[in-house]
Amino acid sequence: MTQQPYLSVRNLSKHFKPAAFSRGAVVKALQDISFDIPRGQVVGLVGESGSGKTTIGRSVLRLIEPTSGQVMLDGVDVTTLSGAQLRHQRRKMQYIFQDPFASLSPRMTIGQVLTEGLDIQGIGTRAERRARAEKALMAVELPVDAFDRYAHEFSGGQRQRIGIARALTLEPDFIVADEPVSALDVSIQAQVINLLRDLQTRLGLTMLFISHDLAVVEYICDTVIVLYLGRIMEMAPAADLYARPSHPYTRALLSAIPSPDSATRPQRQILTGDIPSPANPPSGCVFRTRCPFAIEACAGDVPALREVAPGHLRACIRDDIL
Amino acid sequence: MTDAATAPIERTKGPTRRSIERFFGNRAAMVGLAIFLPILVAIITYDWWWGSGPNEIDLRALNKGPSPEHWLGSDGVGRDVMARLLQGGRVSLIVAVVSVAISTVIGFLVGSFASFGGRVVDASLMRLVDLAMTLPPVIFLLVLASIAGTGITPTILVISLLSWPTLSRMVRARLLELRERDFVVAARGMGAGVPHLLFKHGLPNCIDILVVYATLQVANAILLEAGLSFLGLGIAPPEASWGNMLNLARSTVVLEQYPWQWMFPGAALVLTVLAINFIGDGLRDAFDPRSALN
Repeated sequence: MTQQPYLSVRNLSKHFKPAAFSRGAVVKALQDISFDIPRGQVVGLVGESGSGKTTIGRSVLRLIEPTSGQVMLDGVDVTTLSGAQLRHQRRKMQYIFQDPFASLSPRMTIGQVLTEGLDIQGIGTRAERRARAEKALMAVELPVDAFDRYAHEFSGGQRQRIGIARALTLEPDFIVADEPVSALDVSIQAQVINLLRDLQTRLGLTMLFISHDLAVVEYICDTVIVLYLGRIMEMAPAADLYARPSHPYTRALLSAIPSPDSATRPQRQILTGDIPSPANPPSGCVFRTRCPFAIEACAGDVPALREVAPGHLRACIRDDIL
Repeated sequence: MTDAATAPIERTKGPTRRSIERFFGNRAAMVGLAIFLPILVAIITYDWWWGSGPNEIDLRALNKGPSPEHWLGSDGVGRDVMARLLQGGRVSLIVAVVSVAISTVIGFLVGSFASFGGRVVDASLMRLVDLAMTLPPVIFLLVLASIAGTGITPTILVISLLSWPTLSRMVRARLLELRERDFVVAARGMGAGVPHLLFKHGLPNCIDILVVYATLQVANAILLEAGLSFLGLGIAPPEASWGNMLNLARSTVVLEQYPWQWMFPGAALVLTVLAINFIGDGLRDAFDPRSALN
């Protein structure tokens, strides 16, 4: 690929320090994360709770400060911006939240929620802001008379669509969708996912899609990154990853997807134990404590991400059996 | 897919509207309002309908009890107790309201700086608050009052300097929690700076704390003013205030023989403070989200 990727993350790390004067270890939430998203593509981020998915999403948008690393968005290093430059850059990148009940202020009308970003950025006159907010409402298929109502008057699915509309009002190029459907009823999930996919194709959005639902990720993403304890385990084009999972962790994850067809159902691999504490991660490969193929060498060096097939990267040293 | 989108949305009231309705449904608060509003109106309008002024001397009526001319009697130099009571109420309420307004602003600002200013600012401000809270209030008040002197402005200053620490703590706690809420993170993600976060999100979500605190604190400030004036450190004679009218009761003669001179200001003080406390309690219940489920 000769084209410059729209988003390029290099060696991103995030360590949470304990509060001053208190005991406690540094929590290494993210370690050395690097990936690219080409313009107009969707990259999925999957992993268990506590694997660092949300931390990546928020660090990329500078909603939390990364400890080190670089985030290039459309050729601009987001991590070094400040003040007015950062505020201007924020027009290009927006966030969709997981919980539709926490993400809308209970004291604002939907109109105020949708024009807030335009107010902050000082875009347009009052009437223009309203027009743009109404356009966003229509894009998410909500009636325009929602404008003067409060968030509590809407259902979860409707609220989530309002959250999506808010992200669209600034007409961004890049969106981080942080588990946008996991708080919704299954029947509503499909609606919202289809809406997101339509918007993504129609507006040519570049997207980082965070989820723990592998079926949803397969449906909407071009590339999938598998995360475990703040490190990338495997990264591959979606079709390739689902057809030929290469890392033992990915295999375990995929075997856990329920399948109605018993013939195609893979041998279920059940991982034992919990994800270790990121304050005290295992040496070497962080997955080795739960890996069925772990050998002594796994405790040595941190395995590098290596290309095992074109575009398919994996961080595992067991080439002999996988 | 469009079913849910076009389904009619049920219309319900906004959060502020519901709080107001709950407040007007609260019986104790309504009793408080019924006591407080007439007192307030009388205090504000008295010079249009009451014949004598607070410092007018009627030499034919020294230490006379209630009569058609002086409804609440007169004091030792022939001043009308009714006029002084109403003027004293005016002074007491002005002192209370202004000092509470000042301490509410200070409390909100200190709380905001602590919660948005980062760890170092937060820690130092909160230690300052700790310090302010460990000072024994009566002694602190006396020292401040003897430095600042007597009169309306020094009294306002003294009372407002005493009552902000508790509020700043409550505001800080609320804002710290609010700062991590998704809708505030969303505003930051759209480029919002601290002023926007503070006034578009912080203030509206602290308004319940502020209103309740301010109301209850008005009652408290009236008592503080009365206490200071009673000790001769607040409002100095000849200016009337409920506190310095009560001061007269220190004389055994007045206490025993001219009860109208101290009973009426005392009753006015008790009734007003009680009514304001009822209103404050009503406001607190009205804003409490846990009482929303009715």
